[in-house]
Amino acid sequence: MFDLDRWQEIWFTITHNKSRSVLTAFGVFWGMFMLVVMVGAGIALDRGISANVEGFATNSCFVWSQETTEPYKGFKKGRNWNMENADIPLLQNKVPEIQYLAPVLSGGNGGGTNNVTRNEKAGSYNINGYYPQYNLIDESKMTFGRYINDIDIAEKRKVCVIGERVCEVLFPKNENPLGKNIQVNGIYFQVVGVARHTSDINIGGNPEESVVLPFSTMQQAFNQGNMVHYLAVTAQPGVKVKVIEDKIREVLKTKYSISPDDKKAVGGFNVEDQFTMFLYLGLGIGFLIWFVGLGTLFAGAVGVSNIMLVTVRERTKEIGIRRALGATPRSIITQILSESIILTLIAGILGLMLGVGLLSLVGMALSGGDQFFQDPQISFTVALSALIILLIIGTLAGFIPANRAMKIKPIEAIREE
Amino acid sequence: MITLKDINKTYDMGQASLHVLKGIDLHIDKGEYVSIMGASGSGKSTLLNILGILDDYETGDYHLNNIMIKNLSEKQAAVYRNELIGFVFQSFNLINFKNALENVALPLYYKNISRKKRNIIAMEYLDQMGLKDWAYHMPNEMSGGQKQRVAIARAIISKPKILLADEPTGALDSVTTVEVMKLLSELNSNGLTTIIVTHEKSVADETNSIIHIKDGLIEDIIRK
Repeated sequence: MFDLDRWQEIWFTITHNKSRSVLTAFGVFWGMFMLVVMVGAGIALDRGISANVEGFATNSCFVWSQETTEPYKGFKKGRNWNMENADIPLLQNKVPEIQYLAPVLSGGNGGGTNNVTRNEKAGSYNINGYYPQYNLIDESKMTFGRYINDIDIAEKRKVCVIGERVCEVLFPKNENPLGKNIQVNGIYFQVVGVARHTSDINIGGNPEESVVLPFSTMQQAFNQGNMVHYLAVTAQPGVKVKVIEDKIREVLKTKYSISPDDKKAVGGFNVEDQFTMFLYLGLGIGFLIWFVGLGTLFAGAVGVSNIMLVTVRERTKEIGIRRALGATPRSIITQILSESIILTLIAGILGLMLGVGLLSLVGMALSGGDQFFQDPQISFTVALSALIILLIIGTLAGFIPANRAMKIKPIEAIREE
Repeated sequence: MITLKDINKTYDMGQASLHVLKGIDLHIDKGEYVSIMGASGSGKSTLLNILGILDDYETGDYHLNNIMIKNLSEKQAAVYRNELIGFVFQSFNLINFKNALENVALPLYYKNISRKKRNIIAMEYLDQMGLKDWAYHMPNEMSGGQKQRVAIARAIISKPKILLADEPTGALDSVTTVEVMKLLSELNSNGLTTIIVTHEKSVADETNSIIHIKDGLIEDIIRK
């Protein structure tokens, strides 16, 4: 089976017509190369997107109050309304599909004036009042210390969690910020933690340039009464965010006497919808990549098949002589098939290696960056399946020419000219 | 060794058909030295092709070495060609990208004999033909006589029962013709049944019996 003669034969036919073999193999090579590069790029795009939303609950939505746009129950349109603390237990009660519900107070960044100070150092940062649950929706990783906890909320403690950037500005490099006091809008708060953001989604300003206060403390310290600016909500597993979003709107509209037809009074942002869109975009790109990649590979295989047909025609006489000397049809088929498979495999593996090489180069060039395109690589499984596809393609490409070769009758081949 | 009974062969030429062999009866014994002569188109090459299992026939019986040669599968035909028949052609039909040794060894490849072993055997046969020094030369580096001797070595390496030669001297000059015919005679005198198709009287005269074919029928058989 693995006779040196056969390999010699294959090698001879491949090298005998160098330019022809190279051009043919190039089709397969290019197909494989493109497939690998495109799949790698697709994976990198996927990774980039998931890295960007990492730590952010994709089954979440945000809900806030806006001016009413419909008159209802004696109220004019254009009325302002606000959510309040009592809405939290009400919603949790009426919408059991809610997983986490975190009310938020947003204090802005002082309009560019230095609202956060420590001794002579100062900066303009976003001030947000959160519940501990908020960190389950839009996660910050703690560089030092801890996050806001339930006792902070209950006792309205004057503590805060500062973003890494805030820490850099207010504290010298070697100083431990934990336990130190900073002033927020003139009121002292004790730093209990330093946070680094995980996702690239910013709600309420860049968290690394923010100061987080306990929600209840912020309400009291800055005279917000029992006002809630917006809600961050996640749905129970298996429940569509759209469902809880709609239910929350309904409950709020009933309570605040807003027309059920008012589409604008309760503002909202559905993260799941956005994320799903990205997901489908990713799937679409993935499908396109394989479709185009396999198509290119297939075109290469057709090229191989074509050239093999020409080769068989050229070798009609030789094949005839072999038949006269006792070659079985099977041995002729295996010979032609092996040639096709070898040519396809060599070209394909070359394409695979070069593609992987290019991906690693790009990966190295991009490493460390915070892009939508991260770590382009193909998995071992993808490489393996690509090789199997190649093997199948090589066999198919050789099949027609091999069949043609088998049908050559010795007498036709050796007939004297 | 060879028995032909009422062999008929027709070629389809589109609408018309060409009746080439019109009932050939022939018997050739083991060790005979036979030549077939006839004008072109007489059917002598067709007869040789049928004898060599390179072509099939419509009606009649062909027994070779007591084996009925009819309706064989391609594989079976290949095995019989390999084991029973040696071919020598007018244009040598050597494979041009293989050297003399590899060409001679080729039939043994299809017998699944190891490369090392078949190269040793092939070298012995080349030596017998006086071409040991040319073993690693390509066909295009050799003269016509040398090429034909390589082809003869290739034809007999698998120890066939019959040797079929189709115009073996057709492409050779008179001096090499004598050489090659001497070689064939030697092989025959060692017991190999040999059949030569030729239109050269001098070649036919070397053999022990001459079969004349005309219009698809055996005209006469002259035995010496």
